[in-house]
Amino acid sequence: MSIFYFIAFLSILFAVLVISAKNPVHSILYLVLTFFTFTIQYVLLNAQFVAIVNFIVYMGAILVLFLYTLMLINLNKDSEPMKTNLVKIAAVLGGGCLLVVIVAALKAIGASDPVVFKDPNLGLVKNLGKVLFNEFLLPFEVSSLLLLSAMVGAVLLATKDPKTA
Amino acid sequence: METGEIIIRLVLIVVIFLISLVVAMYSTYAERKIAAFFQDRVGPNRAGPAGIFQPLADGAKMFLKEEIIPTNSSKFLFIVGPSLAIMTACIGSAVIPWGQQIQIGGKLYDLQVTDINVGLLYIFGVVSLGVYGIMIGGWASNNKYSLLGAIRAASQNISYEIAMGLSIIALLMVRNTLSLKEIAEQQHGWHWNVLYQPLGFILFIVCAFAETNRSPFDLPECETELVGGYHTEYSSMKLGFYLFAEYINMFVSSAVMVTLYWGSYNYPGMDWVAAHLGTVAAPLIGTVVVFAKIFLFIFFFMWVRWTIPRFRYDQLMDLGWKGLIPLAIANIIGTGLWITFVK
Repeated sequence: MSIFYFIAFLSILFAVLVISAKNPVHSILYLVLTFFTFTIQYVLLNAQFVAIVNFIVYMGAILVLFLYTLMLINLNKDSEPMKTNLVKIAAVLGGGCLLVVIVAALKAIGASDPVVFKDPNLGLVKNLGKVLFNEFLLPFEVSSLLLLSAMVGAVLLATKDPKTA
Repeated sequence: METGEIIIRLVLIVVIFLISLVVAMYSTYAERKIAAFFQDRVGPNRAGPAGIFQPLADGAKMFLKEEIIPTNSSKFLFIVGPSLAIMTACIGSAVIPWGQQIQIGGKLYDLQVTDINVGLLYIFGVVSLGVYGIMIGGWASNNKYSLLGAIRAASQNISYEIAMGLSIIALLMVRNTLSLKEIAEQQHGWHWNVLYQPLGFILFIVCAFAETNRSPFDLPECETELVGGYHTEYSSMKLGFYLFAEYINMFVSSAVMVTLYWGSYNYPGMDWVAAHLGTVAAPLIGTVVVFAKIFLFIFFFMWVRWTIPRFRYDQLMDLGWKGLIPLAIANIIGTGLWITFVK
């Protein structure tokens, strides 16, 4: 349990550093570390597959793309859009309200009560695959369709219109 | 885990680490000698007999050179870059089986640091992390050439990771496991996976070349366009780490290919050897076989480097997205049909 609290502390620390870092590239690197602490949490939960997929997909692919984009757009102090104080205050208030709602919701469903899995080895590849492709086959396939349509949409947006090009 | 096993594991970790370093060191020597052979030259021949101490001399030079950190660079990240590169290169070898179980004092020990049941995905994770060392180093240098090299490295790695993952899926469909130990065991005798997945292997090796940034995919350090690529600003041992990481990556990816496709420690007639030599000598011969295959692959990497010229950037992207990915998907479908109707 103490490992959990230590890693959870690290997650929050790095997450705070993501928003407080002045340089956007540093932010992304802190975000990488945040995701790495999530990976450790998954391993502690005996969910090896989710851990390694989080590692590959988030740390290895998505954040590399973030970093890639940030390096290309070359943000610096001069070109960074400055926000007015009004926007900042509104953002703090909005964020605070969201926090209150989330805490209330978690308290209502009792998420802090320890949950005991029926099968502690559910996170291993074999068991997870069986559950996904038997019990949750339809949602799984539907979500893959969703991802595909998102990808096609992105490609369509990125390609130039043949009439104007 | 008991004390004996922990000690064996620790010894194994240290030995594998040292072997990776020594192999990487002598790969630089081998590369120069092979390049010399291909170009009808002599190659390094001054330090020791036939230049055998050349890597040591290079190492001493690297350590003793002046260390320069550019004034306008991001200093911490400038140091983190090469450190990450060499670290991710070294941790990949943790899940590779280096031989069969060996019997010492009536107990069986694995010649593998750890056998996690997502071993193959672990390798992918490490490979995908490898690009951070290059990207961070290239960005922190605050140099346009470095940045362009880093960006090329990132886009190349991401593009070829997809084809690599897809080529592996077909192998997993045949072998039904992600554990490298089980994959190695299933290829007993001559049942090597390359016989079942020839197309998958070709896709995999092309992607391995791209992921290790080896020629003909060495665009991140293309000297005709980018001076030195992502390590333009680096000097001394930090540059050494980048170059060294490339050779360690080559060693690890050769080991992965041997394990996945070329039968790992298996060879035809291994049962006869096991029956005649006992439970200590036979696994050791298996380990020798693993290393022989790995060295053949390292030679292949160098052979290609001195034979095929570098791709142009658009050719690289075309090959990755329009060539390898559709082929890999076709391979998956073909394997599925084969499993359903033939097997």
